[in-house]
Amino acid sequence: MYAQMVKSEASNDDPGMLAAFQARIDRGDKIEPKEWMPEGYRKTLIRQISQHAHSEIVGQLPEGNWITRAPTLQRKAILLAKVQDEAGHGLYLYSAAETLGISRDEMFEQLHSGRAKYSSIFNYPTLTWADMGAVGWLVDGAAIMNQVPLQRTSYGPYSRAMIRICKEESFHQRQGYHIMMKMARGTEAQREMAQDALDRFWYPALMMFGPSDKDSVHSQQSMAWKIKINTNDELRQRFVNETVPQAEFLGLTVPDPELRWNPDKEGYDFSQPDWDEFFEVLKGNGPCNRERLGARVRAWEDGAWFREGLTAYADKAAQRRAGAATAAE
Amino acid sequence: MPSLPDMTTPNVEALAADARAPRPDPAETVPELKPALFEGLCRLGDSTLVLGHRLSEWCGKGPALEEDIALANIALDLIGHTQMWLGLAAEVEEAGRSADDLAYLRDAMRFRNLLLVELPNGDMARTLMRQFLFDAWHHEMLERLTGSDSARVAEIAVKALKEVRYHLERSSDLVIRLGDGTAESHRRMAGALDMLWPYTGEMFAGDGTDAALAEAGIAPDPASLHEAWHGIVTEVLEEATLGVPEGRADVQKGGRQGRHTEHLGYLLAEMQFLQRAYPGAEW
Ligand SMILES: [Fe+2]
Ligand SMILES: [Fe+2]
Repeated sequence: MYAQMVKSEASNDDPGMLAAFQARIDRGDKIEPKEWMPEGYRKTLIRQISQHAHSEIVGQLPEGNWITRAPTLQRKAILLAKVQDEAGHGLYLYSAAETLGISRDEMFEQLHSGRAKYSSIFNYPTLTWADMGAVGWLVDGAAIMNQVPLQRTSYGPYSRAMIRICKEESFHQRQGYHIMMKMARGTEAQREMAQDALDRFWYPALMMFGPSDKDSVHSQQSMAWKIKINTNDELRQRFVNETVPQAEFLGLTVPDPELRWNPDKEGYDFSQPDWDEFFEVLKGNGPCNRERLGARVRAWEDGAWFREGLTAYADKAAQRRAGAATAAE
Repeated sequence: MPSLPDMTTPNVEALAADARAPRPDPAETVPELKPALFEGLCRLGDSTLVLGHRLSEWCGKGPALEEDIALANIALDLIGHTQMWLGLAAEVEEAGRSADDLAYLRDAMRFRNLLLVELPNGDMARTLMRQFLFDAWHHEMLERLTGSDSARVAEIAVKALKEVRYHLERSSDLVIRLGDGTAESHRRMAGALDMLWPYTGEMFAGDGTDAALAEAGIAPDPASLHEAWHGIVTEVLEEATLGVPEGRADVQKGGRQGRHTEHLGYLLAEMQFLQRAYPGAEW
């Protein structure tokens, strides 16, 4: 997912407090910023929300790669609106994380230094216009799978951010699917691009849910705290079940010879992605890791004078106001 | 000689209704005006298209998240204006072309945008200064176009003006803050202003097309926008501690007649790639 491998933190808090906190979660209470929370809960949430925020921000780049080449004015406008939404999602999520006692600059520092992760999916290249379709359809589709349940997460600001974000995500997925439809039913060249995009994005999309975590202690803790609602495998299965018929409707072939409907489990059997590749991408060895992170770092460094200029002006303006107030006394 | 109303039996209500009814739209009633109108609409639509495109190049690379969002938002507004201006241009032309055909299938010599907007983005200082110099003109132009005798033109101007008011507010504010920020931000803003100033005169240099449109009450004479533009620009640049440059402003011209800088060709090659590579495909 946008937060694929979030280790939960152990808590060294007072057992009585922990039990009372757990009872609140179990009752369905929302935890608000100023309320007591276990240190592990706070740290795990910071890691998860910031990873999610970083994914939104880095996620602008693969689609930004095609905004200047969008084939019609309408497509250009839609893609611009979508990418702008993603930046907005980043903003909501950074703000939600800030309520836990970390600043946006600190989170950026963690991203730029490589200590914080973002979703592996954004380290894959967007090579043709059909990729704008595949990204909206599959990547935003997978994001929705994960984010819809997270609207019920226990941390109030995170839950509210998810509610706002989910409203926009369905437009993202629809515009992507619409591009795929045009391509899959267009000229031979367009159909070929559409199939190629599905071939390249299918397994990376399945990786978005992270490796199987059904036996993971970390996941169990996060689920008890309701900052994770479903296991990675549950979400992946749900995604495949929903996406395969959509691919069939497009007349495209999911690149998995093992894919078949299994009536016993009321779902598809499917092949796992190459998890070695996934871990390599997380380590920085995906096709675009260097470009993506490099672009973010460059944007940040090139923008230093701009941010400093605004801060300097704000300071001067505050001094002028203070000066005027003193003079008036 | 127009027939006069019968003064002896005045139908006051009908006369009042007549007075309220829109004047005949010269864009629709005077066929000889159509070439000039098409040209004028392309000038508006091409400038918003090219500037919107340039801003969209910043996607994901801005100096702050808020800036990424604002630039995308302005780019989006400008592409929206393009759809309206070029959409109307295509209608006026009556040659079976669409707004997309105009945007994606004309070569540089047929583009009618200001040179100012096709210049490469440079750093954020240049992008913002260009935006401010353009916004100040754009705002004045649209305000005047809201009073156009052509209802279609006025209608688009009303819609666009709401958004451009915000563009101008924002770019003025940033020019002031960065001009009067650090020594470095001041240096960059001053450099950008110096570089862009010679391109600003084109916004006020009229030609025969402009004269025809002004005569018909469709669009203002570009020269008549200068005073208001200069007023805003002077006020903002002075507050920004930058001041108005002394050099000539009307050095670089020709975009509105189809004579461009070397930069436009590359912009179009990128923008038009899919339409050119896959003619006739639907997207
Ligand atoms: Fe998003
Ligand atoms: Fe999205």
